[in-house]
Amino acid sequence: MNANRLVKTLGDLYAAYGYQPYRMSKFEEYDLYARNKDFLLSDQIITFTDTNGKLLALKPDVTLSIIKNTEDLPGVQKLSYHENVYRVSGHTGAFREQPQTGLECIGELGPYDIAEVLLLAGRSLKAISEEAVLDISDLGLLSKVLDAVTAEKADRREVLRCFYEKNRHELSALCRERFPAAEETLDRLIQCQGAPREALEQLRDILGGTSAESELRSLEKVMSLLEGTDVYRMLRLDLSVSGDSKYYNGIVFKGYVKGVPNSVLTGGRYDNLLRRFHRASGAVGFAVYLDMLEPLYDGLPETDVDDLIVCPEEADLPAAIRLRDRLIGEGKRVSVQRLAPGKLRCKNRWLCKGNEVTPF
Amino acid sequence: MTMLNVALPKGRLGEKVYGMFEQAGFECPSIRENSRKLIFENPEKGVRYFWVKPSDVAIYVERGAADVGVAGKDILLEYAPDVYELSDLDIGKCRMAVAAPAGFQDDIRKTLRVATKFTNIARTYYAGIGRDIDIIHLNGSIELAPILGLSDVIVDIVETGTTLKENKLEVVRTIVPISARLIANRSGYKFNQAAIERLVAGLTAQKEENA
Repeated sequence: MNANRLVKTLGDLYAAYGYQPYRMSKFEEYDLYARNKDFLLSDQIITFTDTNGKLLALKPDVTLSIIKNTEDLPGVQKLSYHENVYRVSGHTGAFREQPQTGLECIGELGPYDIAEVLLLAGRSLKAISEEAVLDISDLGLLSKVLDAVTAEKADRREVLRCFYEKNRHELSALCRERFPAAEETLDRLIQCQGAPREALEQLRDILGGTSAESELRSLEKVMSLLEGTDVYRMLRLDLSVSGDSKYYNGIVFKGYVKGVPNSVLTGGRYDNLLRRFHRASGAVGFAVYLDMLEPLYDGLPETDVDDLIVCPEEADLPAAIRLRDRLIGEGKRVSVQRLAPGKLRCKNRWLCKGNEVTPF
Repeated sequence: MTMLNVALPKGRLGEKVYGMFEQAGFECPSIRENSRKLIFENPEKGVRYFWVKPSDVAIYVERGAADVGVAGKDILLEYAPDVYELSDLDIGKCRMAVAAPAGFQDDIRKTLRVATKFTNIARTYYAGIGRDIDIIHLNGSIELAPILGLSDVIVDIVETGTTLKENKLEVVRTIVPISARLIANRSGYKFNQAAIERLVAGLTAQKEENA
């Protein structure tokens, strides 16, 4: 797979569904991130002072910038981006420039908009690999379930951690100690995963007619809009997908491709983030982490160029140029040099001397 | 057939774990042969095992070199790898505890000096009870620290308590019980789900038999 071609394919895909490319500056006022630190994956941010004494940051996130720089308008705004963000790598602890591409859909959202974003997330994964899975959960639904179990923040956090880790044994132990009446329901829910139709049937069996009925119905509606699409077979309901409920409030999803150990795509509905900006709109979006895809990118080609033309004398350049143009015309990669570079790997080597060009 | 890559912790615990995997239908007879090899596979059963240092299992799994592995809860709490924790194997049982010289009284007017190999666990525990501490990170012979006055208490794994007793130390408080856990890579789980679920079911059945 070629990284540049993938970015172009994804950009074309989003444009085909009416997503307008959105460009933004590399810098933002630090205050934006300081006020929304929990939304960021890491609170370590590269900051610097501009010439006016204002504290700026190299942007660690794209969504916050888009939300800050757009306003509520009638209808739905559909925006796509391809940007670099600057974050601390979890493994090395060092700052890294990470390319991201993705989209945001902001406005009065209905089931169609959510389904379209999921469709595009699925198609993005498909453009990366045929062996891909898009895990989908619903934080609104889980939140309703938890409302009926406990109001204790620490307990809710623990239950969500168990779901995130698929940690059935610790969830059971927690339930037995804190809320035994909920053990059976939560144990069934943590095991509920799989293809949408089967998993939704299980969910209906567990939650139908409870306080989570309305969230369940919305989820069923969105999934029904995706039935029959080319991405449906890669969708899976999995309640281990999570997100910070201060920002996310509905469907959340993560995409995986075979051969990459982490999720390569993350997204969700984040109306709660917009409320922090005093905006009434809803929002849903996702990002594809292009740096995560490195294991899938093409390795080094066997050669750096197809043909090396060595032309030590300026007087012989016309012959070298004629050969160069002919070879490029044949679709070859050509390097013209005065001396043969030591490390350049090539299939053919040509030496220009006088009017003669001979292989060497 | 896709191979299920399994990281096993070297040592007695790892051998016990392999026995459980074998009984769950993931046998690989070559692993029992006395050799210096690190990787063993049984293509018929679609499984490949490798021995790694116990504290490295979580790294192998988190970074996808292994689809599943078995790691102690102490390692999972200390390094917080982003993995699924699919089963408590109920073996390798011990506890993470605070220990101090016999008769120790905590003087809350002073910063408590805590020697440990598990700095994150100690920090989280003391932050949870609001106690101001100074962490002294050691790599081994933790019991020495309070004896020599390097620390007031230690946070360490306690199995039988014999080492503590021999050094005139005693458990002041248990922080968390520890046992071996089956963990899985998040992405690896998606693409080997049938095999992993079969493994979990086989391990659960053994636990229930032994209960």
